Amino acid sequence: MTDKKIIATISLAGCFGCHMSLLDIDERLLEFIELVEFNRSPLTDIKKITRECDIGFIEGGCCNDENVENLIEFRKHCKVLISVGECAIMGGIPAIRNTIPLKECLEEAYLNASTTIKSNDKKIIPGDPDIPKILDRVYPCHEVVKIDYFLPGCPPRADLLWEFLYALVTGKPFEFKYQTFKFD
Amino acid sequence: MGTFVKFYIDGKECIARHGTQLVKAACENNIYIPTLCNYPGIPPKGACRICAVIVNDKAVTACTTKVSESIVVHNNTPELEKFRKSVVEMLLSEGNHFCPSCEKSGTCELQALAYRYRVTVSGFPYMFPFREIEAWHPKLMKDHNRCIQCKRCIRGIKNDQRKSIFAFGKRGTHVEINIDHDASEGISDELAQRSMDICPVGAILRKRKGFDVPIGRRKYDNKPIGSDL
Ligand code: SF4
Ligand code: SF4
Ligand code: FES
Repeated sequence: MTDKKIIATISLAGCFGCHMSLLDIDERLLEFIELVEFNRSPLTDIKKITRECDIGFIEGGCCNDENVENLIEFRKHCKVLISVGECAIMGGIPAIRNTIPLKECLEEAYLNASTTIKSNDKKIIPGDPDIPKILDRVYPCHEVVKIDYFLPGCPPRADLLWEFLYALVTGKPFEFKYQTFKFD
Repeated sequence: MGTFVKFYIDGKECIARHGTQLVKAACENNIYIPTLCNYPGIPPKGACRICAVIVNDKAVTACTTKVSESIVVHNNTPELEKFRKSVVEMLLSEGNHFCPSCEKSGTCELQALAYRYRVTVSGFPYMFPFREIEAWHPKLMKDHNRCIQCKRCIRGIKNDQRKSIFAFGKRGTHVEINIDHDASEGISDELAQRSMDICPVGAILRKRKGFDVPIGRRKYDNKPIGSDL
């Protein structure tokens, strides 16, 4: 048995920018993997959480039913959940659609946009059971499950991610620094 | 101008001319009181409440209060800072503030206050109201998603005939600050720039302008708002 903390990460309605920013901690990754073991994550390609985890790192908000299922799954199996980045915290860029009714968004995307108007002559709006069902709007994660911590940024600066995760894993104190506390 | 008076902010003895606006008087004594709807040189409005202070045991807005002899002001208290933080959170929830795609990000006063108070997430539900973008004007855009209705533009930007080029439109919760068709006709580039600059947020934008200062070198990238005092 190791005393490494177990971390799981996921990108919901995000762009993977927050995960890229995590990789941007550069050589500190070597130190990080001495402290943690990755369970489910795009970095390990493990598709389902296989054991109870200490930390859940959530990128992106909830734009479809699959995002909601995954987020609930993370809440169930992670002691601590972190909303990472603007999309997880307040919906972010995907939530720009929140001010427009869903029907209008879908019609614009599949029926009326200049790129689809010719190619979609049967006027199909995709609704296959195999594709996740889109929600009426994009939900910030804390409106779906309880979130313990919020790390702002688009993406959060690598230094912020490192300093926060390091403190969380080692139990050291943490304080937001002005220079890495950003919304963009 | 009036005579000098002595007064106190958080126990510190301060001096200013009688009748000076409290925000300005504090500034002259190197004390920062946060403001949003206030702008030096234009009449105060007391609209946003971020400058709330306690003067002689009574809560008031510092931008509409004048100093007088021996007043006792509480400014930097945990209660007031908590209140101010929630004003920022409320404003962020009430409109549509997608900072990553905003031209004003890095120089926005609302965002800078959110940084100062380390607002990670709003404690209020995000409303996502439907708001238009007004883009008919040849030199200016008005993005209602980001307007906090501080009315700095209405009070501070006038054309050659001393007429405001911004005006109220609609009513109640739908109130909007619009660009006035007649009064804004033929405005100079300089006045367009001043309009953009007077707006604390990214609600007034000059067309074909924006994102011209790199991230890391924008006004509030490294230094918190109010830290120059
Ligand atoms: S106006 Fe300010 S707070 Fe609003 S989106 Fe732009 S930068 Fe963010
Ligand atoms: S446009 Fe800008 S200056 Fe005018 S009321 Fe709105 S936020 Fe204030
Ligand atoms: S700055 Fe005083 S009320 Fe807005």
